[in-house]
This record gives sequence, structure tokens and C-alpha cells, in this order.
Amino acid sequence: MIWVNDIIQGILLGGLYALFACGLSLMFGVMKVINLAHGDLAVVAAYVALGVIALTHIPGVWSFVLVVPIMAVGGYFLQRTLIQASLERGTITTLLVTFGLSIVIETVLLQFLSANSHGIPDGSFGTASFSIGSQISIGWLDLIILVVAVTVLLVLQFYLSRSRNGRLIRAVADDREAAQLAGADYRHIFGIAAAIALGTVALAGVAYFGMYSQFDPTIGTGQLLLYAFEVVVIGGLGSLWGTLAGGIVLGVVQQIGAQIGGAAHPDYQFLAGQLVFLAVLVVLPQGLTGIRRTA
Amino acid sequence: MSTTGSRAAALVPAFTAPDVRVTRSRRSTVWVAAVAVVLVAVLAYLPYLVYSGTTSLLVNVFILMIMASMWNLLAGYAGLVSVGQQGFVGIGAYAVVVFAQHGVDVFVALPLAMLVSGIVGIPVWWLLRRLRTAYFAIASWVVASVLAAIVTSISSLGSGTGISLLPYLNFSATLLGAITYWAALTVLVAALAAGYLLLRGRGGLVLTAVRDDEIAARSAGGRVGRVQRLVFVVAAIGCGGAGALLAISQIFVQGSNVFNVSWSAEMIFATIIGGIGSIEGPIIGAIIYYVIYETLGNYGTWYFIVLGVIAMAVAIWARRGLWGLVADRFNIRIFPVGYYLWPRADMVPAASVPPGPVPGTPVPPPAAPAASPSPAGEELGADGG
Amino acid sequence: MTAVPSAGALPPLLEVAGLTAHHGQLRALDGVSLQVRAGDVYAIIGANGAGKSTLLRTIAGLHRPTAGSVRLDGEDVTGRRAERRLAAGIALVPEGRRLFPSLTVEENLLVGASYARPGPWSVERVYELFGWMRDRRRQPASQLSGGEQQAVALGRALVANPRVLLLDELSLGLAPVVVHRIYGMLPDLLSTGVTVLLVEQDVSQALRVASRIHCLLEGRTTLEGTPDGLTADSIEGAYFGLAAVPESAHEGLGVDPA
Repeated sequence: MIWVNDIIQGILLGGLYALFACGLSLMFGVMKVINLAHGDLAVVAAYVALGVIALTHIPGVWSFVLVVPIMAVGGYFLQRTLIQASLERGTITTLLVTFGLSIVIETVLLQFLSANSHGIPDGSFGTASFSIGSQISIGWLDLIILVVAVTVLLVLQFYLSRSRNGRLIRAVADDREAAQLAGADYRHIFGIAAAIALGTVALAGVAYFGMYSQFDPTIGTGQLLLYAFEVVVIGGLGSLWGTLAGGIVLGVVQQIGAQIGGAAHPDYQFLAGQLVFLAVLVVLPQGLTGIRRTA
Repeated sequence: MSTTGSRAAALVPAFTAPDVRVTRSRRSTVWVAAVAVVLVAVLAYLPYLVYSGTTSLLVNVFILMIMASMWNLLAGYAGLVSVGQQGFVGIGAYAVVVFAQHGVDVFVALPLAMLVSGIVGIPVWWLLRRLRTAYFAIASWVVASVLAAIVTSISSLGSGTGISLLPYLNFSATLLGAITYWAALTVLVAALAAGYLLLRGRGGLVLTAVRDDEIAARSAGGRVGRVQRLVFVVAAIGCGGAGALLAISQIFVQGSNVFNVSWSAEMIFATIIGGIGSIEGPIIGAIIYYVIYETLGNYGTWYFIVLGVIAMAVAIWARRGLWGLVADRFNIRIFPVGYYLWPRADMVPAASVPPGPVPGTPVPPPAAPAASPSPAGEELGADGG
Repeated sequence: MTAVPSAGALPPLLEVAGLTAHHGQLRALDGVSLQVRAGDVYAIIGANGAGKSTLLRTIAGLHRPTAGSVRLDGEDVTGRRAERRLAAGIALVPEGRRLFPSLTVEENLLVGASYARPGPWSVERVYELFGWMRDRRRQPASQLSGGEQQAVALGRALVANPRVLLLDELSLGLAPVVVHRIYGMLPDLLSTGVTVLLVEQDVSQALRVASRIHCLLEGRTTLEGTPDGLTADSIEGAYFGLAAVPESAHEGLGVDPA
């Protein structure tokens, strides 16, 4: 029964991981950018949430209402300035610049906001749960986060396939120059894609740090970026449903790793995910969605 | 990018076809060697002249030079952007501890630790060998954190809390400082020599082609993978050496320090600022790094923020870094690792040299005699990709 | 003999003056000038590497010229980016068609219409022109044949309601019968007020459809005139750069042999 509980908890966590990763996947799909500062931006979102809560006294759970648009606007400008400039220099420059950005964000946060851990207060709601049988307990907030994550993925899928801007995003991803010939300023479209990516990562950051984990300036590079990339690689790039599958696989694997490691080896949780990631890279370079395509 | 691509495409056939004669750039080699010998001799004599504070600072500078030179070999020549070199830094540091625990003198353990790091590099390369750009970067990072997790879970190595080398050091503080300094200088000279010989050796031309256009270079033969593996293992050995020196100079090894991604950040920042794709760049970058560190050291982590911002700006606006600007301005190469292509006398040069002349370099005149290298030859490689 | 414009009262719709463009060090265009009047079918001919595609790409704003200017209806658009030129009324059907492969036929057309000027063309109108397209509008563009893709590419440019339509090598890689059918559409396009500037390697095809011919050789103009004012010899000479271009041809056309 304990394993069933692990799997259920893993699935709940997996939805959140997918939400973390979908922005990374979107930016890669559209701009061919792997944003190495992705994890740090989730941490930035969490600090913005703390600021928003302090200023407006909004309940912690609802802070995303302000944090998501703030980060989305920030994402648009980040793309239009730093990332666009490095994109024009090539893939390796983009990689190095986003890595530099990641390190700079982390260091700035350490310098100004100290290395102390924080959490986003989620009130009594955060601990409410219901039980199935004697060993399975599901937190309401965990469940809601999973539902929100899946809903966001659905909305994103719908937006990309049905809306005018979504169509333009896909067109630019296919052929930047042809899109220009159709009148689309690809830099603006890139900005929109980056805004969506940062909006989702902000939502994921608020949810994750409200629910599962404390945060400090270093968690973005050390853990979140790697999680997001592991999800994207396990699930296969460029597929939102692959991202959800990858998130769930990572969540379940991490829970099982945590169960095996117990209190003596808490890092088994991360190690399990990383070993699965490396195995996928060696055996299935295209990720889980690659199997379906080749089969 | 397209111009460098076409240049590489033109370069690769030249590598196999007998259309051209390829020679090394050879000017200045002799006097550079002489100056280098004098410089190393002066540096080696330094512990007799200065306080230990200076030499221990220089140890840190040398360690960064070693790491940056290794990262430059990977990213600047082999096209492998690694963010996981801290894995080898950590392996080197902990290997010294293990050897010391088994009664080996730490300075004997230093080369052994480098060997261990290189051996670890082989299976890691096997894992990463098919990955490129972002995949390679993040996967190397993940490998480093897996190595960290494995090493720091070993209780005889102090688990996560770290372990001291103090019980294994039988030197006076002054002597230890001096020997550490000489060891660091030796590893640095070895690392630079290895990089120089690697680039001047048979693999160098392959690497230069890879840097310009890996796909074009690959299509020229199966040599690319082997050369990349060689570079990866050399970089693992070098970073292992840096880690071992770190362990000896700090006398204490802790997983969260030696396996920290900030080592990758340091070597990347130093290389980019100094100039990626040249042997001189990482050396200069490491010096700049410590100049900024010493200047801003009293203001917390500001120095690191400044370095990061400079590195980003250089990556975007001055891709060949400070050394690239200097080398262009004064047309100097201390370590010439480029190549000259000489059309054969019976060949029409247009068929054997890249289709368009490189901006700023003169085109070989059509009637250039094949036998006498002149400045009209086009130097490839010494001008970043 | 030269087709004298109606007393020169109207400025040309598209005017290219002294356009020079480089690919790296290579000079792809060298001081090319041309004037396209409303209602023209203006054909650029020339061998491979003559600079034809570069000319269209530079007019469309995808390639930055090193000298010269591009004016649309008297307005200088030289400094504008490609996407802004579409809004001004210049649309390019690029070489190789360049559809968005993961988008459906209809989505390709809708992208083309995203920044459309007001005008007669709409997705519906394109469906009327190409009857088969409506039935296959939900297919991914990558599944179409070459000729079908070319039609969609044409439609994608038309729905933007351009004033000048630039067509780059429509016939490339297509069967002659398909080429014939596509060029057969030209009168339909012209009737809606579109002016056409096209690049064609097939000289006889160009001569059949064009109201003016402009020949490029290694980035330079070698010939310009109306099809009926040109002899096969003069065209051959200009096309291949043979020295023996009859003097009379230049005189008759008022062209500087440059």
C-alpha cells in the first residue's frame, strides 16, 4: 500500500513538474532556446510572490494572480533584449548567456535577500487532506495543483492550436523568415512565447514553493532547472502531453527514490530522477513520445 | 555563421585532398618558447621573494587558469559546452583524500588524482557522446550532480559534511605553501602544454574544423568523435588536477564546495571574458577574474555579479573576448595554433582556398608560389569561430 | 519602341534604384535599377547565380542592401524590415515555397491573412481560385505535392492583398503541366489589381507571360525591354553574357549595356 501511495503522490507532484517544464519546452520549440535560467526565474517568481503578499496582504494561495502577469511581462522584455541579442549570435552564445543570467540571478538574490529559506504561506488550506483507506492521504491542495497544471496544459494546447497568436507562434517556430514574409515580427512573437513560458513557470513556482518546498536563491540552478529539463527530455521535446507524461514519470520516480532512501538518504529522491534521465538519454534520445512515433 | 560554415566546408576537403599543402603558423615560436621558459623560471622562484599570501593567491589564479583552459578546449575548440566540469573538480579533490587516507603523500596523490579523474571521464564521455549544445550542457551538469551524490554518500569521506586533509600533511605551513604553489605551477604548465600540443597535433585541424562547423567536419571522416573524446578526457584530467590542488590548498574537502556548479561558472566567465577559442584567452580571463575579485572583494558577492554581467556582454558583443580585441588590434598570436593553406603550384588557388576571402585577411595571390610561405597565406583557426 | 508609360504622369508603383547587395564578400547585386508600373507583369530572367533571388529578397526586405533604394509608390521602404513591407503592400512568394510544414493548408492561409491589407483577396477567395484547396484545408501542408504547395504559397501571399506580388521561381521543381496551370492563373490575379514582379529561369515561360523583361548577369543588368521588342539573339547574349550583343538591340530598347 505504501507504494500505491508513493505513486499517487508522484502523480500529484508530476503535474506540477510538467507545469514547470512546459515553458522550457515551449521556448525550445519556438526559439530553439534552452533557457538555463529557467529554474532561477521560478525562484524569482517566488520572491515576487513574497513581495506581493507583503504589499497587498493578499492570501498566499492567490498571490499568483499578480505574480503571473508580472513575470509574463518580465519574460517578454527578457526575450526582446538579452535573449534576442544572444539568439542572433547563435546557439552556443544563447546557452552561455542564459547560463550567465542564471548565475547572476542567483548571486543577486543571495546578495540582496540572503541565503535564508522561505516558504509561501498557504494558510490552513495547505494541510487539509482526505484519506483513502488507512495509508493513502491526499492533500486537497496537491490535488488542486494537479488539476490546475493539467488545465493550464489544456489551455495552452488550445491557445497554440486555435488562436491567431498561437498559430503565429507555430508558424514562427516552423519558418521564421516565411513568417516575416507573412507580416509577422518574429521578435514580438518570440516575446509572446517567452511571456507564456514565464507565466507558467511563475505559476509553477508559486505552487511548488507554497506546497512542497521551501526556497532559497540556490534552488533554481541546483534543482528546478534540472527537474524541468529532465521532464522535457523524458517526455520528449515539443509535445505538451509528452511533458505531462515526463512530469508524472519524474514525480513517481522521485517518490520511489525517496521511499528507498528514507530518512538516511534524502538525496535519493533527486538521484533517482537523474539516473532515469541519463538512462532515457542513452536508450531513448527522443524521449517517451519518441517511442510512439517510431512504433 | 554562414561564412564560417562555408570556410569549414572548404577546409575539410583540404584536409584529405592533396590539393593544398597545410603548414603550421610558425612565426614567433622560438622567442615565445624562450619568454615562456624565463617566465616560468621567474614564477618558480617567486616563493623565495614574496609572502605566502601572494603565492596562495597565485595558487588560486593558477587553478582558475587550469580550469578555464580546459573548458576552453572543450567549448572553444571541440564544440562541447560543458556545465558539468565541477564533477571532475570534485573527483580530483576527493581522490586526493582517498589516496592520502591510504598513506600516499598528497603531492604524489596529485597526479594519481588526475589519472583517476581522467579514467572517470571515459564512461562519462560514453554517456554524453551523442549529445550536443543544450543537451550536452545539462546532461554534463546532471552527471556532475550524480557524481556528487555518490561521492558525498560515502561515510568514510565525511559524507556531506566534508573531510580534512590536515592529518595527512607532514609539512611546515611555509613549506606546504611553497610546494603547493610549485605543484599548481607545474599542473598549469602541463595543462597549457597539453592544450597547445593537442591543438598543434593531428587533432588540432579536426578541432578547428569542428569549431567552425561540426557537421561539415564530421562528414570528412570518423576522426571527430575520437578527437572530441580525447579533449573530453584531457579536460577531465585537467579539472581533476585543479580539484586536487584545491583540496591541498584548502586542506579541507566538502562536497557542496568542490562539486558546486559555480566552478563551471568561474571557468566559463574567465574564458569568455579573456577570449574563447584561443590559448591566451583563458589565462588573461583568469587574471581579470582575480583583479575584479581583489578589487570588489570587500563588497560580498558583487564581484561575481559584475563578472557574470561582463561575461554576458562579452558573449554577445565581443565574442572573442579581450584577447580577441587585442590580437586583432596588434595582430599578435603568442601561441599560434592556426594553419596556413598553400595552393600547390599546379593548382588554381580558387579551387583550394575558401570561396571568399576572410574580412581583414589578404587573399593569397593567384600566382603565389607554393614553396615560399608568405603573409599572404590565410591563417585559419587563430581567429575565433 | 519602348513601351512609353502614359506620358510619365504616374510614378512607377515599384522603383528600384542602384541596388547593390552582398553575400559576405560576394557582390550579388551591382547597381540594379528597375521600374515596375501598376498592372505590369515584370519578369527578371537570368542564369543561376545571376542575383535574381537576391534581388527579390532585397526588395522584400529579407536581405539588407549595401547601397541603393527601394520605393513603393514613391515611398522609400529601403530601411524597413520585411514584415513592415508586407503591410506596405509587398508580398514575396519565396523560392522553395517555404510553407509552414506543421500547419494545415488553412492555417497557412490564415497566417498569411494575419496582417493583411484591406482588399479583394480572402481565404474564401483563394478557395474559389483553387477549388481543391477547400476540401484539403485540414491537411498538413507538408503532405501536399509540390504544385499544390506552390498554390498554397501563392494563396498565402495573395490573402495579404499585396500591391506588388513578388514570385520567385514558381516553376522550380514542378512538372511543366503544373507550371502551365499556375501561370495560367496570372490573368485572374492581375484582374484584381495585383502587379507582378517575377523571377524565372525558363526564358520562354517568362516571355509568354511578361509585359516587361529584365535580364541579370552576375548581378548586373544586361537587358531590359518589352518581350516583342527583343530578339532571341539579344536575349541569348544578355543571358549568357556573350559579347556579341547586337548594337541595334540596345538602341532599340534604350538600354545601357553596362
